[in-house]
Amino acid sequence: MSFLTQRLRFLPWLPAYMAVYFLFLYLPILLLPVFSFNDAATTTFPLTGFTTKWYASLAGNTAMLEAARNSLVVGVCVALLSTVLGICAARAITRYRFRGQKAAAGLIMSPLFLPEIIVAVSLLMIVLAIGLELSLITVILGQTVFCVPYAMSVLVSGFEGFDRSLEEASYDLGETAFGTFRRVTLPVVAPAIVSSLLVTFTISLDEFILAFFLAGTSPTLPLYIWGQLRFPAKLPAVLALGTIMIVLSIVMLTLAETLRRRAERRTRMASAPPQEA
Amino acid sequence: MTDRTMIRIDAVSKFYGIYKALDAVSLTIGEGEFFSLLGPSGCGKTTLLRSIAGFETPTSGEIHIDGVPSVMLPPNRRPTNMVFQSYAIFPHLDVAENVAYGLKRLRLSREDEARRVGDALEQVRLAGLGKRQAHELSGGQRQRVALARALVMRPKVLLLDEPLSALDKKLREEMQVELRQLQKAVGITFILVTHDQYEALALSDRIAVMFGGKIAQVATPKEIYQHPRTRKVADFLGGMNFLSGRILGEQAGTVSVDAARFGAVNLGKPPGFTAADGRVTLGIRPERLRLLWDDERAPHELSGRLENRAYFGEVTHLSVGVEGLEAPLSMVETNSYGADDLPIGAEIRLAYDPDAFVLLAEDPPVSRV
Ligand SMILES: Nc1ncnc2c1ncn2[C@@H]1O[C@H](COP(=O)(O)OP(=O)(O)O)[C@@H](O)[C@H]1O
Ligand SMILES: [Mg+2]
Repeated sequence: MSFLTQRLRFLPWLPAYMAVYFLFLYLPILLLPVFSFNDAATTTFPLTGFTTKWYASLAGNTAMLEAARNSLVVGVCVALLSTVLGICAARAITRYRFRGQKAAAGLIMSPLFLPEIIVAVSLLMIVLAIGLELSLITVILGQTVFCVPYAMSVLVSGFEGFDRSLEEASYDLGETAFGTFRRVTLPVVAPAIVSSLLVTFTISLDEFILAFFLAGTSPTLPLYIWGQLRFPAKLPAVLALGTIMIVLSIVMLTLAETLRRRAERRTRMASAPPQEA
Repeated sequence: MTDRTMIRIDAVSKFYGIYKALDAVSLTIGEGEFFSLLGPSGCGKTTLLRSIAGFETPTSGEIHIDGVPSVMLPPNRRPTNMVFQSYAIFPHLDVAENVAYGLKRLRLSREDEARRVGDALEQVRLAGLGKRQAHELSGGQRQRVALARALVMRPKVLLLDEPLSALDKKLREEMQVELRQLQKAVGITFILVTHDQYEALALSDRIAVMFGGKIAQVATPKEIYQHPRTRKVADFLGGMNFLSGRILGEQAGTVSVDAARFGAVNLGKPPGFTAADGRVTLGIRPERLRLLWDDERAPHELSGRLENRAYFGEVTHLSVGVEGLEAPLSMVETNSYGADDLPIGAEIRLAYDPDAFVLLAEDPPVSRV
């Protein structure tokens, strides 16, 4: 028995604590799908019966579909932009050594630690100051700033240990610079890139505060949901929409994490030959 | 091995800023030769190898590869291939795809490509493992994949940067034997970078010993071990007893030296030998001193006191204090006769061969700016 499990035996309340913790964390989220399939306009127990009508009602809801389209456009643009910027940053951090590198990395990460509402207000002030019209474009710009640190963290773990000698080996075997990029660099880091795209898309899809300040008249999904909360009768449909978004986010983040780990394993493996046992 | 020159390095220097990584290195390496670059970490071995491969451009000097001036050629246009220290196995490809990587550009027919990959895998004894993923391989197998991937290109020169340093001792020794056999079988020039003198001695046709970005000596393993030119070369290649001597007289080709308690010895004069003040440094390898037991006699003997003893399994290293010598003498005895049981402080006698001494030149000062 390991040291840790030995210790755990003397902490009998630990499993109970864990159960309460997870209940507290996930029960509210679990209520969402439960009520979204409930055949009643109020979110109270007891449940009255199973229905998919709230989901069906979404399909005909043009305002919601418009918001979904906006979210899709914003999400794709943010994912592409922040991943491209993240690639540059991650490569600079893992490949080169330069003065102020630590500081630069810290500054790129800072939106993670600053209160989002402050970031949003500052961005709004700047956007207004330079006279930009509030639109999906401003949302895209704002969310990109916010997503680059996430992209960079995912990409750094995929690039770290991407051994330069892999590219050198390719040149050495007769390949050109472009061929090396296509046949070695890209495939080796591809999982990390896809992972970054998924993570940033998901963040953008769920992001509310920046969108709230910067969106102008075209709402994204979270803004649409916010608007619907004023109408109690619409609540079950909102819950249905929320359920879809949660499932989508979980699927994409799981996929992203799987890919990120794969990328990490690949590059680790390539750079560190194992010691013979 | 032929007498044809494969690589000619002319006065190659490489600066990193003001730091001199290579200092006017000149060398010629023959076709089919197993050549080693040996030296301590940081002496410039990798930089020289990478200059031959094309990953570094010398600041000055020229490198001819098979007669072609090459310093301006990129790595993909040189008839050289490299086995990287980290092996650099492509992690997203399996073993066969790794080996076939460079062949893809040659646009061979499928059968030709498969045959060459199969042959190369067989050559490094990986036949049948073509479908393995890179992360399923042991260190020794990765090393073989890296070898096969380079050899399949049929290079004129194979460059190896410390290829065995990541392996444990036993596997390393096995791979040394294989590497030597492989080189004999393919018959091309191998240039091996290593900091392990035993590896260089065991594998090479010739060795270049490097210090501080300069070549200190180039010779066959036996020559370089038995007749190191300078004190540092002697020291790097194995144990050596150094003593200072006084020149008694110089003849054509030889000098006679008063070697303190060893008496007068006649030594071959190394090329370019000068002894300004009549003082010289001599060396004799520990294994050239032999312990004399009981009433055994030898033409040249010396007596001393055992000061220290270290047990190494098959041999014991002895340290013997001799009156009139600055430092105790080290010697190596096999453990067949009980050298490992000699008590410290014992009076012992040792035999030496006056021909076993070498005259060592001063090392040039190291300056890397
Ligand atoms: N890209 C580089 N930039 C600066 N210095 C370098 C670079 N590459 C090597 N050096 C320096 O040049 C010297 C020789 O390096 P190297 O050829 O790798 O030595 P070795 O392989 O003999 O250990 C080392 O002191 C190293 O720090
Ligand atoms: Mg090196």
